[in-house]
Amino acid sequence: MTSEETPVGTLPGTGALLDVRDLSTRFDSPRGAVRAVSNVSLSLERGQTLGIVGESGSGKSVLSRTIMGLLPRSTASVTGEIIFEGEDISGFSDDQYRQFWGTEMAMIFQDPMTALNPVMKIGKQITESLRRHMGMDRTTAHDTAVELLRSVRIPEPAKRFDVYPHQLSGGMRQRVVIAVALACGPRLLLADEPTTALDVTIQAQILDLLEDQQRERYMAMILVTHDLGVVAGRAHKIAVMYAGRIVESAPTRKLFADMKMPYTEALMSAIPRLDAPPHTKLSAIRGRPPQLVNPGPGCAFAPRCPYARDLCSEERPVLRPVEDDPDHLFACHYPVDSAESIEIKDHLRAEQMVAEAAGGGDSDGW
Amino acid sequence: MVIPMAGSGTSHLRPSEKPLLTVENLTVEFPARRRKVVSAVSNLSFDLLPGETLGLVGESGCGKSSTGKAIIQLPPPTSGTVTLGNTELTALSGKELRQQRTRLQMIFQDPISSLNPRKNVFDIVEEPLRIWNLGDAEERDRRVTECLHAVGVDVDGARERKPHEFSGGQCQRISIARAVVTEPELIICDEPVSALDVLVQAQILNLLEEMKQRFGLTLVFVAHDLAVVKNISDRVAVMYLGKICEIGPSEAIFSNPAHPYTEALLNAIPVPDPSVQVDSSDHLRGDLPSPIDPPAGCRFHTRCERATDVCSRVEPQMAPVGNGHYVACHHPLITPVEISRSVGTTVTPTD
Ligand SMILES: Nc1ncnc2c1ncn2[C@@H]1O[C@H](COP(=O)(O)OP(=O)(O)OP(=O)(O)O)[C@@H](O)[C@H]1O
Ligand SMILES: Nc1ncnc2c1ncn2[C@@H]1O[C@H](COP(=O)(O)OP(=O)(O)O)[C@@H](O)[C@H]1O
Ligand code: SF4
Ligand code: SF4
Ligand SMILES: [Mg+2]
Ligand SMILES: [Mg+2]
Repeated sequence: MTSEETPVGTLPGTGALLDVRDLSTRFDSPRGAVRAVSNVSLSLERGQTLGIVGESGSGKSVLSRTIMGLLPRSTASVTGEIIFEGEDISGFSDDQYRQFWGTEMAMIFQDPMTALNPVMKIGKQITESLRRHMGMDRTTAHDTAVELLRSVRIPEPAKRFDVYPHQLSGGMRQRVVIAVALACGPRLLLADEPTTALDVTIQAQILDLLEDQQRERYMAMILVTHDLGVVAGRAHKIAVMYAGRIVESAPTRKLFADMKMPYTEALMSAIPRLDAPPHTKLSAIRGRPPQLVNPGPGCAFAPRCPYARDLCSEERPVLRPVEDDPDHLFACHYPVDSAESIEIKDHLRAEQMVAEAAGGGDSDGW
Repeated sequence: MVIPMAGSGTSHLRPSEKPLLTVENLTVEFPARRRKVVSAVSNLSFDLLPGETLGLVGESGCGKSSTGKAIIQLPPPTSGTVTLGNTELTALSGKELRQQRTRLQMIFQDPISSLNPRKNVFDIVEEPLRIWNLGDAEERDRRVTECLHAVGVDVDGARERKPHEFSGGQCQRISIARAVVTEPELIICDEPVSALDVLVQAQILNLLEEMKQRFGLTLVFVAHDLAVVKNISDRVAVMYLGKICEIGPSEAIFSNPAHPYTEALLNAIPVPDPSVQVDSSDHLRGDLPSPIDPPAGCRFHTRCERATDVCSRVEPQMAPVGNGHYVACHHPLITPVEISRSVGTTVTPTD
């Protein structure tokens, strides 16, 4: 749970659990190098949740997979450092990573079906990794697995032990995936859109469950989503990604109270509000994120940004701290509260009012 | 003594207002193992006035898609009636039904897989015109161009490219173009934005509103997220396990939910404001029960905090709680009103 007193910097006497420095991931492709992740730095303490937010194609999954060491070595090249408990793991071999998975870091994915073996009973999927990683005997593994299923709120876990994944609902399957991920007590859990495939009631249950488990185990969590609403009440800090880069990051409350990036603002204002009357036109920026081959010199958001000026397409803004606040970083020439952007915002608002008075809703947002 | 009835009644229908679509006692069943049946939709009734958007909301598996498919008769319902204008669709022969089919279209949840992967996008949009033999080649070309333009898809690109070369949001635009091309009166949108990110979702919701104005459409909009449904709907029907538990004007459903399940759906929506505390005790527990042998009485009683003895025995009937606002619950969150007094009364919460 977010709270005012949550320390955001490093706790005295403890280093960060995860410290990612200047991480970039490229894929070889016939069209040239795809720069899926560029120069990402972030850090995470034990017990904390970092929300990574961005639209489809912004590089969230590639970043998570890079940290997990799950990329195909043949086409992906990674530079930068991934420091986990003080050790740089970015150069790990597959074997070294295999030792890490489950016990140090675990990941859950959007589609629970891809994470589970469809022809293996769910209980066995948990006991397998308990026996392999924790060296448990058959009986201990069985009992531990039943307890785990109970802790992720699978009703009648002893009975459900012997069912196959397809016999469960989507929400139940995701709970099994969480049980598998938590089985060997990882210190870091990466959850890549764990609830995007689920409906809102089950989403709320799964997020509650992750939060409880995280608190109980004092585990760190990276929660990836495209919906700022999902992380608002659940993450300690948030990093917003666009075109493979972090474009704004801050402790959650600060980010919402004082967002600087036009892109963060766009993600926020696209969410339908329950307090707005029906048929309220949603503010939807046009277009899609850019191709990540041969990026131009300027800000990657410029073609879609309502506040863009000439400078934006000429020079890429660097990620810099807000004055007097090293915790809040953003990369923008004309942040939303700058005089230049306010001027444009007023202008757009006036135009909109004229259009509405004329009775014809104009078709922006395409 | 209350006699349990087969459904929750039809008092919320508006026959005097000349609905475009009236669905009455719709039941959809599928065969299950050991000669049991999946009761996907049970005695469902609702109506839509011309130009109205009805939001149909509920958890995965509650029967939303089955309802949509039964309306377009693919497949026809197990029982009940679907009346479009003056035509009762379930009574029609195959040929008669085909003549009606251009009046109804459906848009599906998964934008990419619902389009034929082997055809180019222009042909995909044109296809319904060819199937129903509408217009000559030149007229068809003009109409497809107009529709692609209306949804913001590049016409030349559409002639050359296949669906997998477009993003999820673009495929949903293509589905919309394909749906409006036959000039239908009613479009059923089955979770058209559930697979999209928030930015594309906003684009598609705005586009649907615009298409509705431009082509004079009436919409059924299916979703599981009440915030999305509120944005687009005039009227909202909340479904649980094959039945409607609450129906009414959008605004009333949100400001004054009457059914405990509606309230639970509202509590589940993530609020984009960190100062709002997430309270997990407000969140609905457990999963939707199986639609084979659904719970007796009120189907929600196994998960409802207000449930009493009567709830597990007697099915609640639709009763008015405000202007055009009806709920089927023995212990609703707001007090039922007399129909005669319902017009213009303000409704206050009971507790
Ligand atoms: N194996 C790969 N080879 C080449 N390009 C790739 C590969 N994997 C991902 N990409 C590209 O990297 C970019 C980022 O993709 P990524 O899957 O990380 O996005 P995302 O933010 O997770 O989006 P979503 O919300 O759709 O999951 C995209 O442009 C994608 O096409
Ligand atoms: N063709 C089918 N055969 C058997 N059961 C089905 C079939 N289609 C749907 N069902 C079942 O009917 C119920 C309602 O499904 P559906 O209408 O798809 O729900 P929703 O669209 O609300 O998620 C579910 O229990 C589902 O498993
Ligand atoms: S740098 Fe310019 S284009 Fe980029 S987000 Fe800021 S104002 Fe917009
Ligand atoms: S009828 Fe009873 S169980 Fe059903 S919703 Fe109302 S209070 Fe709950
Ligand atoms: Mg992803
Ligand atoms: Mg469905």
